[in-house]
Amino acid sequence: MKKKMSSIPFNGTPEQEAKLDAYIAEHRTEEGCLMPIMQEAQLIYGYLPKEVQIHIAEKLGIPAEEVFGVATFYSMFNLSPKGKYQISVCLGTACYVKGSREVLDKICDILEIQPGECTDDGLFSIEACRCVGACGLAPVMMVNGSDVYGRLKASEVESIINKYKEFEKEEKEYENMG
Amino acid sequence: MDMINCTINGTPVSVPAGTTILEAARTIGIEIPTLCYMKGRNEIGACRICVVEVTGARTLVAACVMPVSEGMEIKTRSDRVLKARKRTLELIMSNHNCECLACDRSENCELQTLARNFGVDFDTYKGEKTEVELDESSPALVRDDSKCILCRRCVAACRSQTGVIGANNRGFDTTIGCAFEMKLADVACVNCGQCIEACPVGALVEKDQIAEIFEAINDPSKVVVVQTAPAVRAAIAEGFGKPIGTMGKGKMVAALRRLGFDKVFDTNFSADLTILEEGTELITRVKNGGKLPLITSCSPGWIKYCETYFPDFLDNLSTCKSPQQMFGATLKSWWAKKNNIDPKNIVSVSIMPCTAKKFEVGREEMSVDGFADVDYALTTRELVKMIKRAGLQWDNLPDEEFDSPLGEGTGAAVIFGTTGGVMEAALRTAVDVLSGQDNAEVDYKEVRGMDGIKEASYTVGSLTLNVAVASGLENAKKVLEAVRNGEKNYHFIEIMCCPGGCINGGGQPIQPNWVRDTVDVRGLRAGVLYQEDLDLPERKSHKNSAVMDIVYKEFFGEPNSHTAHKYLHTHYVDRSSTVK
Repeated sequence: MKKKMSSIPFNGTPEQEAKLDAYIAEHRTEEGCLMPIMQEAQLIYGYLPKEVQIHIAEKLGIPAEEVFGVATFYSMFNLSPKGKYQISVCLGTACYVKGSREVLDKICDILEIQPGECTDDGLFSIEACRCVGACGLAPVMMVNGSDVYGRLKASEVESIINKYKEFEKEEKEYENMG
Repeated sequence: MDMINCTINGTPVSVPAGTTILEAARTIGIEIPTLCYMKGRNEIGACRICVVEVTGARTLVAACVMPVSEGMEIKTRSDRVLKARKRTLELIMSNHNCECLACDRSENCELQTLARNFGVDFDTYKGEKTEVELDESSPALVRDDSKCILCRRCVAACRSQTGVIGANNRGFDTTIGCAFEMKLADVACVNCGQCIEACPVGALVEKDQIAEIFEAINDPSKVVVVQTAPAVRAAIAEGFGKPIGTMGKGKMVAALRRLGFDKVFDTNFSADLTILEEGTELITRVKNGGKLPLITSCSPGWIKYCETYFPDFLDNLSTCKSPQQMFGATLKSWWAKKNNIDPKNIVSVSIMPCTAKKFEVGREEMSVDGFADVDYALTTRELVKMIKRAGLQWDNLPDEEFDSPLGEGTGAAVIFGTTGGVMEAALRTAVDVLSGQDNAEVDYKEVRGMDGIKEASYTVGSLTLNVAVASGLENAKKVLEAVRNGEKNYHFIEIMCCPGGCINGGGQPIQPNWVRDTVDVRGLRAGVLYQEDLDLPERKSHKNSAVMDIVYKEFFGEPNSHTAHKYLHTHYVDRSSTVK
């Protein structure tokens, strides 16, 4: 699957940049420093925004394409932030044979994003994860690591997502009232 | 030197330690096929076409990266080898757009040649193809990834220029593209076309404008005038199967006339004009304490690079337009008036060894009085195609001369087409002007040759001129950084974007990589220009009578005059915010 850059606006802070710059300054002369620097950047920002990739390239005096090439080659690098609601679908063996692929595909269809991406409104992100240790409930998906949904059918996914959209609506209304 | 003894197909071979199997085979006349290999530039063993059998080795080995060892027995044409290569070709073709009939590179495609030589079956592996997008955003280049075989040769070629393309994603999804999947027009691509020269297939080509030219030629209301850059004559014959280093000037001029151009002129005319303008600028800056070093501005790839990567050097760039643009500006002003032609009816066409010229003609600074200096810049390859499309038989064409007076050029102008040529031409005139003499010495051999960076010092009277010449952007970068750090002090720097200068431009006929690896393509092409320089009656730009006695007298007045500035000089744009 091709990785796509997120269109969510970058909102890095000067503190984050200072932290990354300090790390780059310490490691820039080491051979093969690019990947550790990108990993550090991902720890700081949660993902690798375009602005951060360009910043790393400029600091190291290499083309931005080189950073982007590495970022899209390795699955550990994320080009999208995590959503407010992080959906993880287990693709471990038990879940997989019980049809978690269909569950995952259905979520992708509904949200119109791929695993590793985030919706443009920043609400939902999806990732495919390894065994979560709830094989008895296969297939399993989780939201924000705490809400666990087991013995799922692809047809049930839409109402779960709608539930979070509903939460969001109520929260907005509450804010407006306040 | 330690010599290693091995056998290739039973023939004993003795080569220096460290030699690869591929290079060892070349010494006995065997060319092991490759797709990704470029000697010294892309040695990655990725395509697996060069595999050979080595007795005792568990698997087939890649000949392009495996060094020979003592007693090694190598087989380059065993059944196992030939079957493996054929299968690899079939796998490559399973993800390749095999629309060979009208492909720009048909008959000059390294994959097609191998497919034919190995008798491959197009349909062995049918299935899904990688999803790709056609990138037509650039004014100069077209990238069609449906033909890309992921050999990375373009990536290697680009890395020594700007490095704006590379491999994105992985496995079946891998494509060659720009950062953040941006289009070529939106990144720091300088349009040099070195990627096209490196591509073994038709994934990279120039933006073809042949149809527009034929349309203009066939429109009776248009006066279609063509100029040809010096480097074109040094390579165009290769497009008709002639040996590298064949002079093509006479037949090229004859062909252009038979194609229907109303006038066939020579960019050498305006190369001489450039020397008068740029030489005067240099002398003025040196004498009046102006911004130094002065850097040449003929190469549009270099100009865009400077604007993007070294904006602090914009004031060092000569304000002179390139010879192509100076020619166009003179054509639509002085020549149009002289011949009583409305400039709006003139279609100004150039034939260039260059793809970046297509970008240059579209720059908004490159027009005067509302008329673009040049309307279309075609590559040498496009002219070859036009000649073939018109059915002109190269071998049967006579040798003809350029039209007058904008077809007159000196030896100084013709060497503009190779690295060091602009410098040498400028020195020939500057030394005469500064010394007030007609100096007999015109050869400045220190600035000749294919080294990436050349330096020299010349003393004229009380003045010492320190000069540097760089070709290829990685070399330009080194020179500029040395100047920026104060390590070097030059008065004058010549920079050409392409390694070796225009003779090796991105618009020149494409030689397969094995030829580039084994033949000095640049040196042979440059030799054509130095020979013409020797053969011409005048070898100094200020001896060009059309420039001096006609155009300056009748129109521009003197070099760097107000009129000259209006038509022949330009300014630059800071592009440093582009994604690099």
